[in-house]
Amino acid sequence: MNAPFLFIILPLFLAGLLLLFQNQKFNTLAACVFSILLTLVAWLVPMDTILTLGNWSFKLTTTFNVLGRHLILASGDRSLLVLIYGSSTLWFAPSLATRATHRLIPLGLAITALLVAALAVDPFLFAALLIEMAVLISLPLLSTPGQRPGRGLIRFLIFQTLAMPFILFSGWLLAGLEANPGNVGLVQQSAILIGLGFAFLLAVFPFYSWIPMISEESSPYAAGFILWIFSTVTLFFGLGFLDRYAWLRDSPSLGIILISAGILMIVTGGFLVGFERHLGRIMGYAVIMGNGFSLIAISIGFASGLNLFFMLIIPRVISLLIWSFTLTVLKDDHPSLFMDDLKGLAHSWPYAASGLVLANLSLAGMPLLACYPSLQLIWVSLATRSLPALIWVLIGGLGLFISALRTILGFVTSRDEFSWGSRETGLQRIFLVVGIATLLMLGLFPQWTLLLWSHLPNMFTHLGQ
Amino acid sequence: MLGIINWVTLLLLLVTTVGLLLHQDWRWGVGFLAVQYIGVFWLVQTHWPITMAAVKLVTGWMVCVILGMGTLRAGLSSELEPSRPQGRLFRIFTSGIIIAATFAISLRASAWLGLSLQLSWGSLLLMGMGLLQLGISAQPFRVILGLVTILGGFEIIYASVESSVLVAALLSVVNLGLALSGSYFMSMSEDENL
Repeated sequence: MNAPFLFIILPLFLAGLLLLFQNQKFNTLAACVFSILLTLVAWLVPMDTILTLGNWSFKLTTTFNVLGRHLILASGDRSLLVLIYGSSTLWFAPSLATRATHRLIPLGLAITALLVAALAVDPFLFAALLIEMAVLISLPLLSTPGQRPGRGLIRFLIFQTLAMPFILFSGWLLAGLEANPGNVGLVQQSAILIGLGFAFLLAVFPFYSWIPMISEESSPYAAGFILWIFSTVTLFFGLGFLDRYAWLRDSPSLGIILISAGILMIVTGGFLVGFERHLGRIMGYAVIMGNGFSLIAISIGFASGLNLFFMLIIPRVISLLIWSFTLTVLKDDHPSLFMDDLKGLAHSWPYAASGLVLANLSLAGMPLLACYPSLQLIWVSLATRSLPALIWVLIGGLGLFISALRTILGFVTSRDEFSWGSRETGLQRIFLVVGIATLLMLGLFPQWTLLLWSHLPNMFTHLGQ
Repeated sequence: MLGIINWVTLLLLLVTTVGLLLHQDWRWGVGFLAVQYIGVFWLVQTHWPITMAAVKLVTGWMVCVILGMGTLRAGLSSELEPSRPQGRLFRIFTSGIIIAATFAISLRASAWLGLSLQLSWGSLLLMGMGLLQLGISAQPFRVILGLVTILGGFEIIYASVESSVLVAALLSVVNLGLALSGSYFMSMSEDENL
C-alpha cells in the first residue's frame, strides 16, 4: 500500500465517481465515511513500518512516482493528514442539512486531495501548479448556477493564477541561491518573488478584496470551505519555505514583514468590517483577520509562534464552519443577507442566529469561546515584543466585535410579524447545538485540541525544533 | 537564420497581442490566440526538444477550441463592455506603453537570465499585454484570454530554466482548466440570459 496513492489518488478517484451520482445523501455519507477512514488510517497506521494483521502483512510506503517526480507523505505528515481529512469530514457532514451545497462533496473531496498533493509533491515548488488546479476545480463550487460569475470569483481566479508564476520562478532563483548563497542581489530578487507569490496566494493586503466579494456572491458554506482549506494549506506551504531555506528563516526582516502584513490585514479588515452590513461579507473579513493573526503567530518566534499558529487552526475551522453553516441555513430562507433584511430573525431562527453570533464573537476573541485561548496567547506574546503592534491589533479586533454587536442588535430588533419559534429543521438544530457546544467547550478546555496539533511541528525539520 | 526566425516570431507575438486587445469580436480573439501559440511554441522549442515544445502548441490550440466552442454555445455578442476604457486609441496607446516598457525591461532581463533578447522580450511582452487585458476587461472571455496570455509568456521564460515533464504536463492541465473555466463562465452567462 502506498500513502500518496491512499491519501491523494484514491480521494480524487472517489470524487470523480461521486460526480456521477446525484443523490446528495449518498454522496455525503460516502464522502464522510471515506474521510473518516482516511483520518483514522493517518492517525493509527505508521508509515514505512510492516504491520501484520493475522496472516496478512502490509507496509504503508511513503513515495509515489509521477512523471519522474515524487509525491511523498512521510510519518511527519500524519498529523497534517489527520487535521485536513478530519476537518473535511466536519465540513462534509453538515452539508446534509442544507440545500445549497450539492456540489461541495465531490468537488470538495477533489480539492482536498489536490491540496494534500500540493504539500506532498517533490520538488515542493511544483505545489503552486497543484494549488492552481485546485483553484480551477473550486470555480464551479463557488459559482451560483444560472448566474453570471461575480467579480469576486473572477478576481479570485486572477489573483490565484498570478501567484503561480511568481512561486515557480522563485523556485528557480532559490536553486541558484543554494549554489551561490552569498549573492545578495539574488536573495533580494527571490524574496520579492516569494513575497508577491504568497501575497496573491494568501490574499495578503491589498490583494484580499476577493474574499468578502466571494463570501457575498457564493454559497456561504462553499465559500467558508474554500477560504478555510486554501488559507490553511497556503500557510503550511509557506512554512515549508521557511523550513527549507535557512537564509529566509534567519532573515531579520522576515519577522517585521510578517508582523506588518498581519497587522495590516487585521486593522484594515477590522476597520471595514465595522461598517459592513452584509453578513456574508462580515465572515469574509473575519477570514482575512484570521489569516492576519496566523501571520502574526508565525512571526512571533519560530518555536513558540509555530505552536500558537497550530493552536489557532482547530478553533478557527470550528468557528468558520458554524458561521458559514448558519449563513447557509439563513440564506436558504432569506436570499439577502443584508442586516436590514434580517431584522428580528432571532425570533424565528434562534439556533442559527445564536450560532452565527457566537462564531463571530469566537473569531473576535471573546473570552470563553473557542478562539479566545489562542488569540489571548498571541496578544500576550505580541505585547512582549511591541506594545504599539498589540494596540493596533486590538483596535482591528474591535471592528469584528462591533460587527457582532450590530448583528445581535439586528437579530433581536422586534418586528410585529415575527413570533417566537424555531424554523430550523431537526437536523440543522442538532448540528447547531453540537457546534455551539463545541465552541464553548473549546473555550473552556483548549487543551482538548492538543492531541490533534501537538505533533504538527514534526512536519518541519528546522522550524518545529 | 534562427535569430531571424525568432525576430519574426517576436513580431508575430506583437501583432497577436495587440490584435487581442483591439478586436472585440471573439472570433478574432480566438484566431489571434491560436497564432500566438505558434509563437509560444517556437520560442519554447529553442530550449526544449521539439516534441515536448509541441505540447504547448497542441494545448494552446485545444484552449482555442474550448474557448471558441464555449463562446459559440453561449452566443456571446461582440458588443463592447459598458463603462470600460473602450477607445481604440486608448488601447493602442496603452499597448505602446507596454511594448516600450517590456523592451526596456527585457534588455536587462536577457542579460540576467542568459536568454536572447527575442525570448525575454517575447515573454515579457505576453505577460505585460495579458496584464493589460486583465486590467481593462471584466468579461470572462477576455479575462481568460488575458490569463492564458500571461501564462504563455511565463512558459517561454520558464522553459529556459525548467524542463521537467511533470511541469509541462501540469502547465498544460492548468491552461486547459482555464479554458474550461472560461467556457463554464460563458455558459453561466447564457443560462442567465435564458
